[in-house]
Amino acid sequence: MEIPYTVEIRRDTGLTNGKIGIWLFLASEVMLFGALFASYILIRTGAPVWPRGDTILNVPLATFNTIVLISSSVTMVMAWASLKRNRFGTFRMYMGATILLGATFLVVKYFEYSHKFELGLFPSTSNFLALYFTLTGLHMLHVIGGMAVNAYFWGPGAKLWKTNPEWFTNRVEHSGLFWHFVDLVWIFLFPTLYLL
Amino acid sequence: MSDPAAVAPPKTHGAHEAHHEELGFWRKYVFSTDHKVIGIQYAVTGLLFLLFGFSLMMLMRWNLAYPGAALPLLGKILGDSRMPGGTMLPEFYNELGAMHGTIMVFMGVVPLAVGGFGNFVLPLQIGAPDMAFPRLNMLSYWSFFLGGVTMLVSFFVPGGSAQSGWTSYAPLAVIASTGQTVWLFGMVFLITSSLLGAINFIATTIQLRAKGLTFMRFPFFVWAQFVTAFLLLLAFPPLEAAAFMQLMDRLAGTSFFLPSGLVVSGQVLTNAGGGNPLLWQHLFWFLAHPEVYVLILPAMGIVAEIIANNTRKPLWGYRSMVYSLIFLGFMSFIVWAHHMFMTGMGTAMAAFFQTTTMIISIPSVVILTALIISLWGGSIRFNTPMLFACGFLPMFGIGGLTGLPLGLNVTDIPLHDTYYVIAHFHYVVAPGTIFALFAGIYYWYPKATGRKMSETLGKIHFAGSFVCMNVVFMPMFIMGLAGVSRRLYDGGAGYAFAQPVLHWNIVSSWGAWALGLFQLPFIFNFFWSIWKGEKAEDNAWQATTIEWAAAPSPPPHGNFHVAPEAYRGPYEYSVPGAARDFVPQCEA
Repeated sequence: MEIPYTVEIRRDTGLTNGKIGIWLFLASEVMLFGALFASYILIRTGAPVWPRGDTILNVPLATFNTIVLISSSVTMVMAWASLKRNRFGTFRMYMGATILLGATFLVVKYFEYSHKFELGLFPSTSNFLALYFTLTGLHMLHVIGGMAVNAYFWGPGAKLWKTNPEWFTNRVEHSGLFWHFVDLVWIFLFPTLYLL
Repeated sequence: MSDPAAVAPPKTHGAHEAHHEELGFWRKYVFSTDHKVIGIQYAVTGLLFLLFGFSLMMLMRWNLAYPGAALPLLGKILGDSRMPGGTMLPEFYNELGAMHGTIMVFMGVVPLAVGGFGNFVLPLQIGAPDMAFPRLNMLSYWSFFLGGVTMLVSFFVPGGSAQSGWTSYAPLAVIASTGQTVWLFGMVFLITSSLLGAINFIATTIQLRAKGLTFMRFPFFVWAQFVTAFLLLLAFPPLEAAAFMQLMDRLAGTSFFLPSGLVVSGQVLTNAGGGNPLLWQHLFWFLAHPEVYVLILPAMGIVAEIIANNTRKPLWGYRSMVYSLIFLGFMSFIVWAHHMFMTGMGTAMAAFFQTTTMIISIPSVVILTALIISLWGGSIRFNTPMLFACGFLPMFGIGGLTGLPLGLNVTDIPLHDTYYVIAHFHYVVAPGTIFALFAGIYYWYPKATGRKMSETLGKIHFAGSFVCMNVVFMPMFIMGLAGVSRRLYDGGAGYAFAQPVLHWNIVSSWGAWALGLFQLPFIFNFFWSIWKGEKAEDNAWQATTIEWAAAPSPPPHGNFHVAPEAYRGPYEYSVPGAARDFVPQCEA
């Protein structure tokens, strides 16, 4: 038995099932990070003093990471666009680049974290650091999740291209929507934590 | 029935059904992706958790009725760390209380109402072959199962399970024993399960409804599940965020919910401080108020189906019911802080939230009134599902109306910490929602098994439960109005002012134990009828909706032999001039 509208679009909604699914998932993700940002506001406004982010955190590294993530969003779109143009080899290249850029982000984050630990700055040190580690930590989990899905489509999942290229292209698009969301969260996190 | 070739897009419905490969035992009954099997898995697991959560309460009722007395037999089995000499320790009472709430809400009622009925009935009612994402659906059940197991395991960690109430208020929960950490991990699994389920329900409803089934032709049950799914989708993530933060507080030593200078057992905590205990409450109730509607909306959906079917009349005011439902869904996101009038959050906040709370009572009343008016002038068939559905109406009415004083700041303050609140929300959820769920089980059982449950046993079950529910909860109104606190493990025995009403504790407890006995006919009936129940036709209740009119009982893999199409509204009963007193949605 097959489920309809996995590949073809339902006429009256103009959507495939997967497209609705991923947008709904992103809506719930907005609520997740929304709650965390709201907590940030509540705790910060209740604090007698609050450090400027750049006095504790490394702004140049984070700027570099911002550029890395935005570039990875670009390569992600290129990967999907290559499939649309029926160029599987180019897709592999761009998808590989997306995964590598994600990995770069994680490596930079690793150095940032370990540097903080060396200085004796832990989540328990202050509420600023608690928020920093919780928000970026949860974001990092999302990066890892996105990379895992992308790696699957780069590797074993790509088999689907041979049997059902349209479905595969849709799946890459959905994975891309998630990846852009992860990128977007970082674009909010960067100024909130590092600059304000 | 139309020609299958005329149903252009879902061409896969019937075609593969006849010759799909047989699945092995594990894929068919355990790791199944069939929404019907998953629905039944959810329902049975949910029912077991309901029974378990109820047992915890029956144990608590012993100490409330006879504080300090040794419980014969069972007291010994539970051991010295919980009930030394058969007498319940206060810590154990707290464990039972926290876990009773958690289990009933997150592992009992919601999985049964949404996971069980939603999964089983919704795709059938909209004429879909399955859910939009069958594997995600399986994952959602197993995530729930894992969450449930995690919660059960927490009873056996050092220090016992969570003890800070189902609300896990900080800072109490942050400094509680290990069981709280396990509780938080369990919640993460349960939340994940609900999120995956919600995505699936919404996508299925929008995408897989049959040709011709426009939104205003949906059975009310489908609308109820649809709105519920949005509540789960958008309200649960903030609790997930809060659970992460509480985990950080407990495991990484952060101070999200710990204020500066907190003194515990005479010692100042060494945490950085600066956190906000009210933040937890806001995040918790941002979920938990919509959660109340997650508990009640599917119940209203079930009751609406059964009332239309057994009055043999269309629902009165279907459109106003649907609009009220949607409005209720929106409003449920901005009433949460009426649970927090006692916290000193400020009169401006209280004024806002009591206003929204008064507004949200309007659509609830519209729906309940429409259901009651639907009974008017019908030649009602009083079968077991209908009895439970009719029982729901006054019980939910009592629960809802007694909530009004709690929604107003001034009257809430004297009532909030008393048994009045317990009585109020149990009237909504226990004889309210759970009666509706029983109604749904008796109603859709023939669809799932091809046999009806015994009417005689069903009527005994109903009559006994109806009386006992009131014996359990009505005394709590009296005790609450007398000012007895709901948070005491001796039921108020230590307070002089509570003495004149203390005997109600005994009445209430015996009511609870009798209620337990009256579930035995149901349990027996549930299993016995699988093999020995009266054989039912495909359309056992002469219903108009698609799951009865177009699918065999039990429906095969893929649900329909021919993809159904909808030609009319959901409740065309007793149409003048029609050959029968019902015209199915899917008949041209």
